[in-house]
Amino acid sequence: MPQTFWQWIVLLLDEYGSLFIKGTVNTMIIAVSGTLIGFAIGLGVGVLRTVPVNKRDTPLKKALVKLMNFILAAYVEIFRGTPMIVQSMVIYYGLFGSVNISKMVAGVFIVSINTGSYMAEIVRGGILSVDYGQSEGALSIGMNHFQTMRYVVLPQAIRNIMPSIGNEFVVNIKDSSVLSVISVFELFFAGKSASGTYWRYFEVYTIIAVIYFILTFGVTRLLRLAERRMDGPGSFTVTGSQTDSRSVIKVKK
Amino acid sequence: METVFEIKHLQKSFGDNVVLKDISFNVAKGEILSIIGSSGSGKSTLLRCINLLETPDGGSISYHGEDILSPRFELARYRAKVGMVFQQFNLFNNMSVLENCMIGRMKILGASKEEARSVAMENLSKVGMEAFAGMRPGRISGGQKQRAAIARALSMSPEVLLFDEPTSALDPEMVGEVLKVMRILATTGLTMLVVTHEMSFARDVSHKVIFMDEGVIAEQAEPHKLFTSPENPRTRQFLDRFLNS
Repeated sequence: MPQTFWQWIVLLLDEYGSLFIKGTVNTMIIAVSGTLIGFAIGLGVGVLRTVPVNKRDTPLKKALVKLMNFILAAYVEIFRGTPMIVQSMVIYYGLFGSVNISKMVAGVFIVSINTGSYMAEIVRGGILSVDYGQSEGALSIGMNHFQTMRYVVLPQAIRNIMPSIGNEFVVNIKDSSVLSVISVFELFFAGKSASGTYWRYFEVYTIIAVIYFILTFGVTRLLRLAERRMDGPGSFTVTGSQTDSRSVIKVKK
Repeated sequence: METVFEIKHLQKSFGDNVVLKDISFNVAKGEILSIIGSSGSGKSTLLRCINLLETPDGGSISYHGEDILSPRFELARYRAKVGMVFQQFNLFNNMSVLENCMIGRMKILGASKEEARSVAMENLSKVGMEAFAGMRPGRISGGQKQRAAIARALSMSPEVLLFDEPTSALDPEMVGEVLKVMRILATTGLTMLVVTHEMSFARDVSHKVIFMDEGVIAEQAEPHKLFTSPENPRTRQFLDRFLNS
């Protein structure tokens, strides 16, 4: 039997290395796809929630927009307002209880829908951060709301919210660990399995912690690189980026 | 002459603040109309009501006899024909000057990329901006931005252009280059509605001048008449202040 901390680490890595790798891969699959799908949901919700209504519109359109806004607001509030660990249980045993579905698919679904509710607000903030003059310019040449968003506002909004998207990604790498309650084989669950035989919780979870940190640190570096590349020469004012020292926070009058 | 706009009893308030009280006037095809008046008199709001960036509270606006306030009115098609030039330029910051001039023609009018590019370059050279086609708006001066914005509006092949104080946000030495472009445009038969503080432009270029005061049209006349012998004492007061300062 190993005597020291390092001897245990070597033994555990030797014996359970493949488990840790499998957990790492699954954690990244869940975090990447959950963040991307969540971002897509956020874009959709953000764009729909900023659909303008004005006096000229027919009562039917006004009512539909109101209903849509209510449903989307309810989605955001419910999924932001309950813990993901609880959502996992409710969705897995409720929604997927009767259908035989892979745990990974369920995991990605839960993380996506949860991330989507946060992303919706992040995207909405990003849209609001783009000067309204940009929208007016687009409207004035005949673009409708969706064209205005797609060609003019969102490209600028997305640049502005890159730091927040990065945050969500990092949060997802870590918080996908709650999926262990429905036995998704991600990194934390791998740790649970590996610590069972020898009861070496401290050593196993030190390994797990180091892996998590390498993942999140690597991801933040990559995102910062991506942000730099998106900037281009003097393209536009970067609003409130946490990773870019040249960013300027402009307060509207 | 063919009437483009018929505006009747237009009203607009922001909360308790009545900005437009009862505005009626017509615009003929090819007419250059200047709208002058002190700040807060409702000039910009009037222009913004005409392309429905603001929705009027009352009255009517018809464009070639069609009611633009009707819910069935095709707003996008109308805005493509009635262009707008803003005080703050509002060029798309995520695109080059050239792309700014191409996007509308491609996405709204359905033009091919080649066609949009050639029209955009033609208009950019008209305003003397062809050398800056590849630049982002963040990299060019205010006067250049405004000229690019005019080229963007022209690239939709509009019938009417609305100018909302196009030189008010510019440094004094850049006002001239923008006014020069506008003077050239005025000779092309384009219908132009210009809200401006540039009295020389209003006097020399326009066919008709509207003087607005506290939400109403205080006086409208041909420029030489309005500038030399205004009938309304308010007009006289305004011009005195402006021309003697």
